[in-house]
Amino acid sequence: MTAPVLLIGVGNRYRRDDGAGLELVRRLKDGLGAGVDAVESDGAAASLMEVWRGRTNVFLFDAVKSGASPGTIHRLDPGAEAIRAGHFRCSTHDFGVAEAVELSRAFGDLPEKFFIYGIEGKVFDEGEGLSSESESAVQELAAELMHSLARFIGNSSVAR
Amino acid sequence: MKDKIKTIQVNTLARVEGEGALRVKVRGKKVLDVALKIYEPPRFFEAFLRGRDFREVPDITARICGICPIAYLLGASQAMEDVCGVQVTGPIRALRRLVYDGEWIESHVLHMFMLHAPDFLGYEDAIQMTKDYPDVVKDALRMKKIGNRIMTLLGGREIHPINLRVGGFYKVPAKRELGTLTDDLKWGLDTALKSMKILTGLPYPDFEQDYELVAMRHPDEYAIIEGRIVSNKGIDIALREYDNTFTEEHVERSTALHTTVKGRTACLVGPLARYSHNFEQLTPLAKQAAHAAGLGPTCRNPFKSILVRGVEVVFAFEEALAIIENYEMPDEPAVTVQPRVGTGYGCTEAPRGICYHRYTIDDRGTVLDAKIVSPTAMNLRSIENDLWAFISANLHLPKEKLQWRCEQTIRNYDPCISCSAHFLKLELDET
Repeated sequence: MTAPVLLIGVGNRYRRDDGAGLELVRRLKDGLGAGVDAVESDGAAASLMEVWRGRTNVFLFDAVKSGASPGTIHRLDPGAEAIRAGHFRCSTHDFGVAEAVELSRAFGDLPEKFFIYGIEGKVFDEGEGLSSESESAVQELAAELMHSLARFIGNSSVAR
Repeated sequence: MKDKIKTIQVNTLARVEGEGALRVKVRGKKVLDVALKIYEPPRFFEAFLRGRDFREVPDITARICGICPIAYLLGASQAMEDVCGVQVTGPIRALRRLVYDGEWIESHVLHMFMLHAPDFLGYEDAIQMTKDYPDVVKDALRMKKIGNRIMTLLGGREIHPINLRVGGFYKVPAKRELGTLTDDLKWGLDTALKSMKILTGLPYPDFEQDYELVAMRHPDEYAIIEGRIVSNKGIDIALREYDNTFTEEHVERSTALHTTVKGRTACLVGPLARYSHNFEQLTPLAKQAAHAAGLGPTCRNPFKSILVRGVEVVFAFEEALAIIENYEMPDEPAVTVQPRVGTGYGCTEAPRGICYHRYTIDDRGTVLDAKIVSPTAMNLRSIENDLWAFISANLHLPKEKLQWRCEQTIRNYDPCISCSAHFLKLELDET
C-alpha cells in the first residue's frame, strides 16, 4: 500500500556531505514508519521522474553546493518556481534533480505538493560521515519535519 | 597589416559527462590551434588495481562509468578469462550480449534525445525541446528505462551492476523472468523504428572526414563482446596485438591520454566505425532502418552519428528479443576460473567505441599490472581534428552559430570525459 507521503533522498553516502539527503530520509523513516515511503536515489533524472510519478505529497532532500555557508538549508518550491540546475551534486551527463523537475513540469507530471530541501555541504571528499555543519542542518530539518509530517500523516489517515 | 588572432574559449563543455573545455585560436581565415582541454581529475584506477585479486577487478572497474559500466565489467572479466584459459559460451555468453544491449539502449537513447537532438532542433536543452516535442521525449525516457530494466534484471541494479563476474554471473534468470521484458522490448523496437523517421528529418551539415575507423569485427555477429580489432586503413589484429598497434601519449592540456595509431595519427571509434565495418551483420529491421534513413553501408559524417546510434538502438531491441526467445537457462551461472600466471586481454564495444583492457596476474591471481583505454581517449584526437576542419570551413558563421556548431561537433562523439552541461561560455577575444 502506498503511504500518503513519499520521501526521496538523493546522494552518495560515500562522498561525505553528499549523503546528507540520504541520512535525513533514513532518520525520518525511522521515526515515521509506515506513514511515509522512503526512496534512496542516485539522482538520475529518468529514475527520479519514475519515482515521483503519480504521487501527491513528495519531499526530496539533496546536498547542494551553491556557495552559501555550509549547513544552510535551501527550501525550494517547484510548484512556484523553476529549479536551477548546477547546485545539485549528483547527475549523469548533467541530467539530475533540476532536469527531472523541469521535465516533469513540461509533461504536467509534477506532484501536487512537492517540496525540495537542499543542504549546503562543506566536504564532498571520499569517505563516510557528515561534516558538523551538515549534521546540524540534518538534525534541524529532521526535528522540524518529524513534527509536521507526523501531524500531516495523522490528518490524512483520518481523512481517508 | 597582420590579421588579428581570435580566440574561441569554451570554459565548460555542456551536455557531456565530465569536465572539459575548448580553446580555439584563429588568425584571419586560418585556424592556428584547437585544444580540447580535459581537466577532469585523474582517477588512478590502473594503479589501485595492482595488488587486488583478479576476481575483484570487474567490480572495481565497473565504477569507472555510471553510463557504460558493462564495458568495464566485461572487458576486465574477459581479460581475466583470457589469461586463465577459459572460454565463456552458450547461454552465459548470450546473456552478456543481452546486458550489453541494455547498456547500448540506455546510453544511446539518453545521448540521442536528451543531449544531442536539441543541437539539431535549435533548443538550449531537452527541457526546452520537451515543450514542443513532449511525445518524443516521453518515448525516449521509456526506451531508456527499458534499457535500464535489462541492466537491472541481469546486473542486479541499473548503475554499477553487481551480478556479473569473471566467468559469467552470480545468478542467471529463468526463462520466464526474461520473458517479462518481451512486451517492453517489442514496444521499444516499434518506437525506435518510429523515432528513426524523426531523426532522419533533422538538418545534417555536409561534413565528412577521412577517418581511420577502428572497431571490432566478428565473423558471425555485429561485434560487441568479441572479435578482432580492424580498421579501414589496414589494421586487422587480435586483442593481444593492441599495444603494438596503438599508442597513448600525454598532452599537457589533458588529464586523459590521447590514443593514436602507431606511425599514423588519430583514429575514430564508436557507432560510425562499428556500423561501417559491420553493416552486413545488423539485424534485418536495423538494416531497413538504415536504408530508410538514407544511410549507405558506411558513414563518415560525424553529425550523422545520431542516426547510426538510432540504427544500433533498433538492432539492440531486435537482438534482445531474439536472445530472450532462444534462451535456455544454464545449469551453472558461471564457468569456474582458476588463476594462472600471465597476461590477458579484453575488449568490447562500449556505446562510445572499443574499450581495451590488459592485465597481468601472478599464479595466485594477484594483479601485477593493469591497462585500460577508454573509447573517449581514443577519440580525443579525432574530435580535435573535426573541430579544426569544421571551424576552418565555417569561419563565415556568426559567433553564436559557430559556438553552437563547435559544441555539437564535440557532442557528436558522446564523449564521456569522466571515464571524459548546456551552457558553453564563449569568449571571442580579438587582440
